[in-house]
Amino acid sequence: MTIIILLISISLAIALCFLGAFIWSLRSGQYDDVYGPSVRLLFDDKVEKKEK
Amino acid sequence: MITAKEVDVDLICYHCGQPCDEEVNFIDEKPFCCFGCKTVFEILHSNNLCDYYNLSDSPGARVDLSDAGKYHYLDEPEVRKKLLTFESETFSKAIFYIPSIHCISCIWLLENLHKLDAGIIRSDVNFPKKSVTIDFNSSQVKLSRIAALLDSVGYFPSISLEGEKVLQDQSQKALVIKLAVAGFCFGNVMLFSFPEYLGIDHSDENLLRVFSWLNWSLSVPVFFFSAFDYLKAAWKSFKQKQINIDVPIAAGLIALFFRSSYDIFTATGPGYLDSFTGLVFFLLIGRWFQGKTYESLAFDRDFKSYFPLAVHKKQEHDWKPTIIYELRKGDQVRIRNMEIIPADCVLNSEQAYIDYSFVTGESKPIKVKVGDRIFAGGRLIGQPIEVVIDKPTSQSHLTSLWNNEAFRKREESNYQKIIDRLARVFTWIVMGIASATAVYWQVVAPKEMWLVLTSVLMVACPCALALAAPFTYGSMLRTFGKNNFYLKNADVIERMAVIDSVVFDKTGTLTHTKKPSVLFHGELSTQEMGYVKALTSCSTHPLSNLVNHFIRQTSNYSIENFREFPGQGLEAKVNGRLLRVGSAVFVGFKGLLPAQASCVFVSFDNEVNGYFTIASSLRHNIGQMISRLGHKCVALLSGDNDSDKVAMAQLFGNKVILNFNQTPHDKLGFIRSLQQQGKKVMMLGDGLNDAGAMKQSNVGIAITDDTGTFTPACDGILQGDRLHQLDDFLALAKKSSSILKVAFSISFFYNAIALTFAVTGHLTPLTAAILMPISSVSVVGFSTLAVNYVSRHLSKNRPS
Repeated sequence: MTIIILLISISLAIALCFLGAFIWSLRSGQYDDVYGPSVRLLFDDKVEKKEK
Repeated sequence: MITAKEVDVDLICYHCGQPCDEEVNFIDEKPFCCFGCKTVFEILHSNNLCDYYNLSDSPGARVDLSDAGKYHYLDEPEVRKKLLTFESETFSKAIFYIPSIHCISCIWLLENLHKLDAGIIRSDVNFPKKSVTIDFNSSQVKLSRIAALLDSVGYFPSISLEGEKVLQDQSQKALVIKLAVAGFCFGNVMLFSFPEYLGIDHSDENLLRVFSWLNWSLSVPVFFFSAFDYLKAAWKSFKQKQINIDVPIAAGLIALFFRSSYDIFTATGPGYLDSFTGLVFFLLIGRWFQGKTYESLAFDRDFKSYFPLAVHKKQEHDWKPTIIYELRKGDQVRIRNMEIIPADCVLNSEQAYIDYSFVTGESKPIKVKVGDRIFAGGRLIGQPIEVVIDKPTSQSHLTSLWNNEAFRKREESNYQKIIDRLARVFTWIVMGIASATAVYWQVVAPKEMWLVLTSVLMVACPCALALAAPFTYGSMLRTFGKNNFYLKNADVIERMAVIDSVVFDKTGTLTHTKKPSVLFHGELSTQEMGYVKALTSCSTHPLSNLVNHFIRQTSNYSIENFREFPGQGLEAKVNGRLLRVGSAVFVGFKGLLPAQASCVFVSFDNEVNGYFTIASSLRHNIGQMISRLGHKCVALLSGDNDSDKVAMAQLFGNKVILNFNQTPHDKLGFIRSLQQQGKKVMMLGDGLNDAGAMKQSNVGIAITDDTGTFTPACDGILQGDRLHQLDDFLALAKKSSSILKVAFSISFFYNAIALTFAVTGHLTPLTAAILMPISSVSVVGFSTLAVNYVSRHLSKNRPS
């Protein structure tokens, strides 16, 4: 049964990493504007075309 | 000699997408509805930014050209300091809130601002917040120049010197982190509790101990981090010797956590950590849900956002921009066309026309002579004037109306009161039951006493009670919001549920402000109509504009000897004929005046040919709504004259009080007298002139055609085309009160059952673990589903 303890600690560690990643992404403002980036992606294309 | 511009009806402005019914300007065969739109296009065109128009159709907002000088005050060090988030010699960062951001093109243009001015380094748009962050080189470009630049391309920055919004954002972010931690811990605790749920035999004691310890370490952050706000609030109310809903919740949380910790430390059981973490998680979701609902609405704009932030004050021989709060009695101030008078003052110039429609609701400008008093809130029309400040802003006419005690009185939410009262009673009852149980068990079986006592405290926690209100009212707020009815907070729904009197304002509320119905009575040939159009296009008077819009034909006749007689009419020679347009006296009309509307008479060579009647038109389906409201509809208060009285009497029937020529104070007094009769009054109005009445009323709703523009500090905003559903909204508010009551009883039902089990000592850990989350989930589920069910027909009634 000791293997379960090992597995659980691994799974918990991974889950904690994800929680940490989420908190980091929230703090760094990745959810502040969820619409803008999808649109901005298209702009760059256009501008580049123009410059060529 | 003046030539009227050519007019074509079907053209759509290339910039803003509105029909060009006043004038058309062409550039490269692209039509523009006004000079403002044309200017924006020219700016963009000359900077190679015309991709703006390819990204979406007619993306612009209509532009009223304004004086670039109006942003000069932004360069005052004090104002600068408030607006900049970072400042060094060559690099500064400023955030502008721009209400008109609405599409892809907006983002694109605003992020290409650096092409318009070399001093701008980069700009970033935050779409949901409608704000743009601009990094700029402060040695190359001034803040005022950036604001003017934004303005010139049609993105008018809304500048407020109070930075409360940022704080609000941060607290919402912190809440999400707390929620994430609670959710994470809740999920894992449930996982580790599985062996316990499934009743796996206790042969492997050690493994179960490991799970218990894991659970405990996962719930520590939930207790000290996620639930911290509840503990803090409870501690605060405890210190103020007032028991509110947070106290029993905190007591329950503490009981759950410490009881479970005790169990785990002493290896007597697995504890109730799954209930504990779940409870915190649900509580936080409720709070987040509430915050989310209010987030999208900027209700913090009060009447001061109407006022200019700065005006030009005379200092020695120069005019310098000054913040209006710094104006003192005796200061000389210059006010320009379309600016709002910031404070009560005395006119120094010859004469002026002031539009007091914000204050009195009367749209005709009032003539003021030198030495006369001008009141704050009026808008100057025409020539710039100089005035001497009489009273500083804070003591002014409008402010004193605003500072009326009615505005200060913030009615405490009723359901919150009920909950608090219940919670107080509840806490005492729980304490009583708990101590009685303790005494009983002490006598019967002293060993079991502590166990039973903590169980009682734990299950008695009125968590579902705390969840029911935010979820019921929260989802109702969202439903209303989807139907263009935006309320300030959940308390308003609660107050709406008991409304028994509804009072309407007329202009702008029941009637369209922008689309009055104009009719012509009399005989004029098409050519003569064209003459009238040509003449009226030369005047900026509101009535001239209306008549001008009404005549939909091409007119490019030339006009000679044009003269405008303020307050009377217009006169000119067209094709050798003397044309007069104006009041009855001005044209010499001696017949009977039509009673119901404002009239504009037309005469050719001193012979009256007919007149235009201008009556405000009612909104869609208002009559039916009023009849459905029935006895609830009590009065109509209008600031205008009684020219519409007959029409209004037909609309409202004879039981409704119709009062005309009402000043803001009259309206406020009327509402107060109704309330003194014990009525719960709802006031629907459109603007500042009924702001006093709105605040005095139990629920004040502002009707608007454009939620993006001004909203006074009211309890809610209803979009004009949804006014006919007012009765539905009232009924729904009532229903949500009943839903809340049912939710309360469900929660009480659970608590009663759980308490019986706990008191008799039969509450096994398993039943407690199942019962507690089920009660929360079922209350939350019930209230959300019920609200969606009762409001399902609302959006079907959308006006076509």
